[in-house]
Amino acid sequence: MSILVDQNTKLVVQGVTGREGQFHTLRNKAYGTNVVAGVTPGKAGQDVEGIPVFNTVRDAVEATGANTSMIFVPPRFATDAIYESLDAGIELTIAITEGIPAHDMMRVYTHLKRGDQRLLGPNCPGAISPGKATVGIMPTDVFTPGRVGIISRSGTLTYQISKEIGDLGIGQSTVVGIGGDPIVGSSFIDILQMFEADPETDLVVMVGEIGGDEEERAGEFIAANMKTPVVGYIAGFQAPPGKQMGHAGAIITGSSGTAQGKKDALEALGVRVGTNPTEVAEIVADTLK
Amino acid sequence: MDLFEYQGKQLFAKYGLAVPSGEVADTPEQAKAAAEAIGGTVVVKAQVQVGGRGKAGGIKLAKNPDEAFAEASNILGMDIKGHTVNRLWIETASDIKKEYYASVTFDRSAKKPLVMLSAMGGMDIEAVAEEHPEALARLHVDPLIGFQPHHARWLIYHAGIDEPAQKGVLDALTRAYEAFIGLEATLIEINPLIWTADDRVVALDAKVSIDNNALYRHPDLEALKESVTDDEQERMAHERGVTYVKLDGDVGIMGNGAGIVMSSLDVVALAGGKPANFLDAGGGSNAEAVATALEVLLSDPKVKSLMINIFGGITRCDEVAEGLLTALDKLGATLPIVVRLDGTAAEAGRAIIAERAPANVVVEPTMLSAAKRAVELAKEAS
Repeated sequence: MSILVDQNTKLVVQGVTGREGQFHTLRNKAYGTNVVAGVTPGKAGQDVEGIPVFNTVRDAVEATGANTSMIFVPPRFATDAIYESLDAGIELTIAITEGIPAHDMMRVYTHLKRGDQRLLGPNCPGAISPGKATVGIMPTDVFTPGRVGIISRSGTLTYQISKEIGDLGIGQSTVVGIGGDPIVGSSFIDILQMFEADPETDLVVMVGEIGGDEEERAGEFIAANMKTPVVGYIAGFQAPPGKQMGHAGAIITGSSGTAQGKKDALEALGVRVGTNPTEVAEIVADTLK
Repeated sequence: MDLFEYQGKQLFAKYGLAVPSGEVADTPEQAKAAAEAIGGTVVVKAQVQVGGRGKAGGIKLAKNPDEAFAEASNILGMDIKGHTVNRLWIETASDIKKEYYASVTFDRSAKKPLVMLSAMGGMDIEAVAEEHPEALARLHVDPLIGFQPHHARWLIYHAGIDEPAQKGVLDALTRAYEAFIGLEATLIEINPLIWTADDRVVALDAKVSIDNNALYRHPDLEALKESVTDDEQERMAHERGVTYVKLDGDVGIMGNGAGIVMSSLDVVALAGGKPANFLDAGGGSNAEAVATALEVLLSDPKVKSLMINIFGGITRCDEVAEGLLTALDKLGATLPIVVRLDGTAAEAGRAIIAERAPANVVVEPTMLSAAKRAVELAKEAS
């Protein structure tokens, strides 16, 4: 197994005819992902190197049975694209787009949580199950098939840690970028839950960073619900405290949000945390022994 | 984007939220003229984006225009926690019966707007939240339903707002929420929200932050964007659209992606060095972005060595290498530069550097070794 993306993924790409959309669609396809359709309003009937283009996501779903969507449209159209994907019944929407307004995402998130569809991102690199399928913008040659799951808020850091782990001969079941925005569709906990249920994932690496309280809450979830071991990493120990205006934010998060606070919270809950990507890989290898 | 108090108050007025009448002044003469126009006793308020202005002497009462001139002369140019006062807000003095606290913020954890209200305003609200949590009424709002009158009533009763002020506070909360939505703010904070001697409810302060991602829908707010930094590199980075934060060390750092840059700062510190900055050249960094980023870094005389840490995803390492060479050609920098390239086209990138880069550019194979080398070179250079 693996989670989110695999041989059963039937991908439709929203924004398939744009420069970046086209580039990454073809790369995903070349890796083996089953790309069944693209959507660009007004371009129905065209194709992108054999991938049929439709005017709407619903048309694409009806014609191809697409179950996963990847969104590559610019921020000002991306909110609509997410709603369109959800309305068309897509099970998993992966929004790569960076820069979607927070108020839009507050509404999207509230709507999303009233149903049982899944959204990854926005502002995320996607997900890859090495050897099976990739949806997104990750550099595929960093990953090898294996039994470690990775969840991360950051793109490049995910590649770094995957490579460090790979250098020790350890591959990945699925690597998931949940996105760096304050509001993303799937949390660490959502994905941890999926890895816990995946018999082919023996260990999970959770790559966090400063800000918010997602890592702390994930720590509590791990302690209470997970048998699969989790190794943590937090980036941003040297980051200056954010220039914060007003105090409303501090009231909500209390003392959490700093790298040290997150590391302490995770360790107190029994999660080992590496201080740099190399050490994380060493802890992973040690735990799997 | 964080707004100044005067900008926030001007926006509040547009949403029908009562604020004291006031004017902006950049000179003592303007402060005097403003005091004359407003009439009566005025308050001279330093416009800086930092708390504790009052304690620092940045807020003063002036009974007449001459006093306003004198207070303005004292406050302009004052340093408040590292912020220089360049602008004042002169407003009519208020007769305060009681100070409340009100805010609408974006709760990242609940992913919803959070409205908070307290009858214990005017003071450090974090301390109130800590010591008297019951005095701070909090309510999450479903963003698809919006802020309803019953929300406001619940807050007013639970915060213990005085009866004669209740109607005014209800109105103020409703308008603050409208401003939060209309401006696509991430924070609207009013501390204090006052109950006046003549039973009005008025916003005496305004802290407003706007979501940068939403500015394209608000050209009028975009125009308020002004550089609030005195720092040369931060200003330069801001103008060129580079994400940059200055720190106090001497190892300059650049990478592609916020996560890997933060991680780079951490490994430099672990190697015994001190990072000079945070600089994210962005995912998908091309040669031009790298050259721009380098220009910002190299303009800082405190930087003794550079660590360039790239993990190519969308970013191609050969393009990064080309950008580096172009920038060095143009800028003629001689300080030691440690480069670590991995991921997409890393070998091609390393080859470009090996063949054509000047001697001050060295390549290291890993993030840790690059950090260690950059720290050593910075120490040798200082």
